[in-house]
Amino acid sequence: MAIAPGAWREVALSDAEYERILGLLGREPTPVELGMFGAMWSEHCGYKHSRPLLKTLPTEAPWVLEGPGENAGAVDVGDGLAVVFKVESHNHPSAVEPYEGAATGVGGIVRDIFTMGARPVALLDSLRFGPLELARNRYLFDNVVGGIGGYGNCLGIPTVGGEVFFDRSFNGNPLVNAMCVGVAPHDRLTRAGASGVGNLLMLIGADTGRDGLHGATFASVDDPESSHRGVVQVGNPFLEKLLLEACLELLEGDGVVAMQDLGAAGLTSSTVECASRGGVGAEIDVDRVPRRESGMTPYEVMLSESQERMLLVVRPEGEGRVRDVVRRWSLHADVIGHVTDDGMVRVRDGEAVVAEVPAELFTDACPTYVRDAAEPAEAAERRRFDPSTLSDLTEDDEAPGSVGAALLVLLASPNVASRRPVYGRYDHTIQTSTVVPPGAGDAAVVRLRGTRRGIATAIDCNSRWCGLDPELGARHAVAEACRNVACAGGRPLAATNCLNFGNPERPAGYFQLSRAVAGMGAACRALGVPVVSGNVSLYNETAESAVLPTPTVGVVGVLDDVTRHATMAWREGDAVLLLGSGVPQLGGSEYLAQGHDRVAGSPPPLDLDAELALQKLVQGAVADGLLRTAHDCGQGGLAVALAEMAIVSSVGCVVGEAPPPGATGRTDERWLGEAATRVVVALSEADVPALAARCEAAGVASHRLGRAGGDRLNLAGASIAVDAARGAWATVLGPIDG
Amino acid sequence: MSGGVGVITFPGSNGDVDALHALRDDIGVPARLVDHRETDLAGFGALVLPGGFSYGDYLRSGAIARFAPVVEPLRAFAARGGPVLGICNGFQVLTEAHLLPGALLRNRTLRFHCHWTHVRVETAATPWTADLDEGDVLRLPVAHGDGAYYADDETVARLEAEGRVVARYCDAEGRVGGEANANGSVAAIAGVASPGGNVVGLMPHPERATDPLLGGDDGLRMLRAALTMVAAQV
Repeated sequence: MAIAPGAWREVALSDAEYERILGLLGREPTPVELGMFGAMWSEHCGYKHSRPLLKTLPTEAPWVLEGPGENAGAVDVGDGLAVVFKVESHNHPSAVEPYEGAATGVGGIVRDIFTMGARPVALLDSLRFGPLELARNRYLFDNVVGGIGGYGNCLGIPTVGGEVFFDRSFNGNPLVNAMCVGVAPHDRLTRAGASGVGNLLMLIGADTGRDGLHGATFASVDDPESSHRGVVQVGNPFLEKLLLEACLELLEGDGVVAMQDLGAAGLTSSTVECASRGGVGAEIDVDRVPRRESGMTPYEVMLSESQERMLLVVRPEGEGRVRDVVRRWSLHADVIGHVTDDGMVRVRDGEAVVAEVPAELFTDACPTYVRDAAEPAEAAERRRFDPSTLSDLTEDDEAPGSVGAALLVLLASPNVASRRPVYGRYDHTIQTSTVVPPGAGDAAVVRLRGTRRGIATAIDCNSRWCGLDPELGARHAVAEACRNVACAGGRPLAATNCLNFGNPERPAGYFQLSRAVAGMGAACRALGVPVVSGNVSLYNETAESAVLPTPTVGVVGVLDDVTRHATMAWREGDAVLLLGSGVPQLGGSEYLAQGHDRVAGSPPPLDLDAELALQKLVQGAVADGLLRTAHDCGQGGLAVALAEMAIVSSVGCVVGEAPPPGATGRTDERWLGEAATRVVVALSEADVPALAARCEAAGVASHRLGRAGGDRLNLAGASIAVDAARGAWATVLGPIDG
Repeated sequence: MSGGVGVITFPGSNGDVDALHALRDDIGVPARLVDHRETDLAGFGALVLPGGFSYGDYLRSGAIARFAPVVEPLRAFAARGGPVLGICNGFQVLTEAHLLPGALLRNRTLRFHCHWTHVRVETAATPWTADLDEGDVLRLPVAHGDGAYYADDETVARLEAEGRVVARYCDAEGRVGGEANANGSVAAIAGVASPGGNVVGLMPHPERATDPLLGGDDGLRMLRAALTMVAAQV
């Protein structure tokens, strides 16, 4: 069948890309081949714009067991255990069908983890929405949260952490990034590359339907809502639970040499990945793929994104065992092809060959693009903002215009308020290993059963800072995620990233993407955390606007003794200190956004050497049992950090000493300005000298603030009942249950 | 020789391994997982139906699991007076199998709830509360979407009269109901027992409250009763 003129544009290939395909093949592609090229050369699978940039990120360290290129990254955490983790976006599907989009996002990232032979032990989510005042945003928010819970709760994987941020730029473009962390013995780690000519390709899990056709290409174009509602997949977490258990049991024994889940571009990408990673060929027969609908064409079978499916590479003698194990989990397995030695991906429909292409043409030959980059003039203009034009706050009770009054407003900001209305809908106690649950500390801490160890994990990005300065903002994202892990007591080991950006074909979009990756690389190198996995989501824009650039960073760290961890809770009588040299300023702050409706100024500078010294000091003090209370100063600055600690502890504080001044000496910036490299700690008075000695030795600034105690928050001339602060903060995002 | 405690795994159960760890590793009672197709339960001293989403809870929570092959022998085990504990989804399965009265409805908020709660022990006359005293307050996690216990007035009156309400949601001081009854259970009921007392269903998760490191270990106070059950087994 001939390809109709322009048909390639239907699968989001450009005219030049189609010409390239003609040249590589030396002939016209078949319709099935064209669809496969469209999927594999999409931004989602082919990383056309991001690959040259991603190559610049550090990926290696002695403890890295698996870097980018596999289904997920893996690091050694000691005791023969590997921690496997990755973050992935499901932005476009969630914009259209939020419940199923978010649910299948969780399903997809969980499959990436157990495909590696690891049991998933934790989920985190990084979410972005437009303001909740708009009904559409409230609908998206409620259903995304519902979908994450609906899928993760059913699988029995605790959702232990995450973040959510609201900004107008996410109107119509919500971001849904899901991260999964799993654990496996080193020798159980499984790769996805096929090997062994003659080995069988077996498909297990769900039958194949028409759902999700063209999902990968749809994620790679602007404005999904106007185009592709029907392509969102529907999740079946019950089936995924069975698939998870069956796959992990299969990997405990012999016979299965590789595993590859069917995600974006379904059977096409899984077959191509298996062949290209293994340096072999693969032949499959779509006629042997079990269907849930009649009349499906080979094209539809190859491009379906039906969920909960897994492709196994099995030694011929292992077929019987696979069938037995899979049957025990109420699933079925079908041999759909085998591994060949000719490097070709060959697709049959019974006797007919409907596609026959060298695997490398789908992968290595995918074009990459370096685009023109130009900073959007609007961002440069915003950065030039001068805060001295604004009236300052006073330290005067809670009178209008005082720090106290502004603090209560900030606590009620959707970007600061309690996340419990979100995580209260996620099961976070299942698996009985959650040591620091969501809301209690800066990072979640999960114990590793059978060892003394635990892992700390956090996911972060300040989208607003990235919008003002993508390079600096991305540095901050890495630093903040590491700082949060360190504050909980974890030694940061490695990072995973999810690059959420607008259209890279526009100079502004490419500027943001390329500068953010550069900043991320610099921070990862300085802090010693290689990037071991990740995902890219571009074209997050509608006709009206693009999203704030959001290079989300997930970090995993290890605690050698999980009983020595820190939360943000202090105790009556504790001394309260501020550690670190970060100088607060108003640029890009939550206070400027909420109090003055301004997103402007430059994000705070970041001294990565000072940051590393602070993180090491705090992490070491927690690991040595000296500190049990540590909290990063994030959005809303010092005053909000202190208020959060008081609320979580139900113990107030008296800040008797003035905190260090900010960049310009203003009162508002001292209390509500933001900076990196600042951590509030609390400890018994008797332990203060030991901590001070450590700070002295490490060259980390230490500043006494006051003492925890009572039931009021006494700072900046204000005296606010802890209950009143909690009241302002508790139910902004929704009701609290129980 | 006692088979210890059997923890029944239905397709979609996800609290089975937690219950196994709690019993075997934290309490120290022999225990193993029991596949939903097993039919010989005679050797066990007690059975636990764990939490989760059996068969996806797609029709109604627990409604399909009641047809699993293991349920008829479970029924026989219970009829002989064998101790059975259904936790969360296990409680839902026991009501669907009519081994316990009533039903678990959608939480009154229509949302999934995950938080720690207190429950007041209302009777010590079940094998699962034998080590506790009436009025004891336990702090346990809940994690459920369909957690609101419901029975008609007549049934609730009978449960009360026969002392078969096992636990009620309360505050830290043991005051029953009010905001502590977050899911909207009738009479703040968190757990009920069969007429003989040997079959107990409980919505909160004692198997998740097994270590102060996890936020509390009150669950052990209840689950330790399994030691007695297994020791008493001939």
